[in-house]
Amino acid sequence: MNAILSVVGKDTVGILASVSVKCAEYNANVIDVSQTVINEYFAMFMFINIDNLSIEFNDFVDVLVNLGKEKNLEIHVMHEEIFNMMHKI
Amino acid sequence: MYNKREILETIQMIKEQNLDVRTITMGISLIDCMDTDIYKSCEKVYNKIYRCAKDLVKVGNDISKKYGIPIVNKRVAVTPISMLVGVSGGDPVLYAKTLDKVANDIGIDFIGGFSALVQKGFAPGDKELINSIPVALSVTSKLCSSVNIGSTRAGINLDAVKLMGEKIIEAATLTKDDNCSGAAKLVVFCNAVEDNPFMAGAFHGVGEADCVINVGVSGPGVVRSAISRLSKDASIAEVAEMIKKTAFKVTRMGQLVGVEASKMLGVPFGIVDLSLAPTPAIGDSVAHILEEMGLEQCGGCGTTACLAILNDAVKKGGVMASSRVGGLSGAFIPVSEDAGMIAAAKSGALKLEKLEAMTAVCSVGLDMIVVPGDTSAKVLSALIADEAAIGMINSKTTAVRVIPAIGKKDTDVLNFGGLLGYAPIMSISKVKPDIFIDRGGQVPSPLNSLKN
Repeated sequence: MNAILSVVGKDTVGILASVSVKCAEYNANVIDVSQTVINEYFAMFMFINIDNLSIEFNDFVDVLVNLGKEKNLEIHVMHEEIFNMMHKI
Repeated sequence: MYNKREILETIQMIKEQNLDVRTITMGISLIDCMDTDIYKSCEKVYNKIYRCAKDLVKVGNDISKKYGIPIVNKRVAVTPISMLVGVSGGDPVLYAKTLDKVANDIGIDFIGGFSALVQKGFAPGDKELINSIPVALSVTSKLCSSVNIGSTRAGINLDAVKLMGEKIIEAATLTKDDNCSGAAKLVVFCNAVEDNPFMAGAFHGVGEADCVINVGVSGPGVVRSAISRLSKDASIAEVAEMIKKTAFKVTRMGQLVGVEASKMLGVPFGIVDLSLAPTPAIGDSVAHILEEMGLEQCGGCGTTACLAILNDAVKKGGVMASSRVGGLSGAFIPVSEDAGMIAAAKSGALKLEKLEAMTAVCSVGLDMIVVPGDTSAKVLSALIADEAAIGMINSKTTAVRVIPAIGKKDTDVLNFGGLLGYAPIMSISKVKPDIFIDRGGQVPSPLNSLKN
């Protein structure tokens, strides 16, 4: 199973690195990353595989949301099924 | 894989446009809880609801986190309590207190089913329950009550209509220190549906399975935002198409949540109610959708047409998105729960008469409307009769949930708080319908041919 992680916020050094470190820490495998900076705003989408997560998915969501709060970023982690349902017939 | 636009669209819908699952409602049959001893009956009711729904709130919260989608309410609907009263006798308020206690103990937001179905007459337990509704609502906090007084097949029970006008006044009077909130949790139906997940009218019909999960979606803000992206000269067919596509996406989310909840709770999945349910929050209004469609303000000429287009398109989009559709399915127009409706009622653009016309083409009926405190019970009964007639003739569900503002001045605002919102007092005709209401008896069921 995959999840989609999105990060939006003011650009600073090391955003991608800090998110990736958390993913690695909990054994979430990054499959694809798309990242851009527009007018100093950082926007990133990360596809991660969560089959071998070392903690429950919902706890992993908390970890990332808290990281977002620490770094003043808007971080969402959502199970991919919601995108499947909404955008694919 | 998904493109960035799709991902952003979903996140924006949830974070900026107030997309949410309004409710996961567990329907529970209490048929096997009936006992001739009311105390034993109440004990069985408590135990069964507790056993079936104890994990409902936790499961709702877990799903909400997994998919990043808010699930605003978790609710329970039960078999109409009048049937249990019919078997046990005794004071129905005991059942009301039992339901409220179990609702508090399992942490849900509302419990519905303090109900009676009397469209063709009163069975044992029905009158006792109806007479106890005002007290029941005044001594509980999460209990919701509904009474079905008419149907297309049975006609309208005018005796019940008369009684309900009186009960609404009593319910408001007993809770007059709490914004007359008793009346806000009491709804009078014609053609009530048995699988409705929305309050105050949810009950678990006798034709339903033992325990099911029904889901009600919401998302007026998403629809409005989608229409706002169209140019002002886009044809109405394009508008309808856009609503349809948006409703599809909203309903898919409800389907996902319903299936997941049913799996996690080990309870069969019932239906998704394809609804546009507003809240008083800015950007979550059905009235604002109508205004986005091209009206200066909700309530003027054109409102009924726009609402009809909206309602139909929501159903068309939603039906394809879900494996099982039911409930009330359509746009709701509760005045106090909709920022645009509140504004239109305050400015005088929206009147009771227009709301009545609107109910002929949308989901439910005269909903969350505050009327002056000196309105007579007979006038309220006649209002119920009018609304029931619209439902009976058009083979659709209609309902009345009005709140007489007992002890308030006509310029006051009643504030119910939370999802129930706030509303100014709307004027209502005081012309007396007394003789009509006092006639009583059964309105014959209507002819279903020669439609004109």
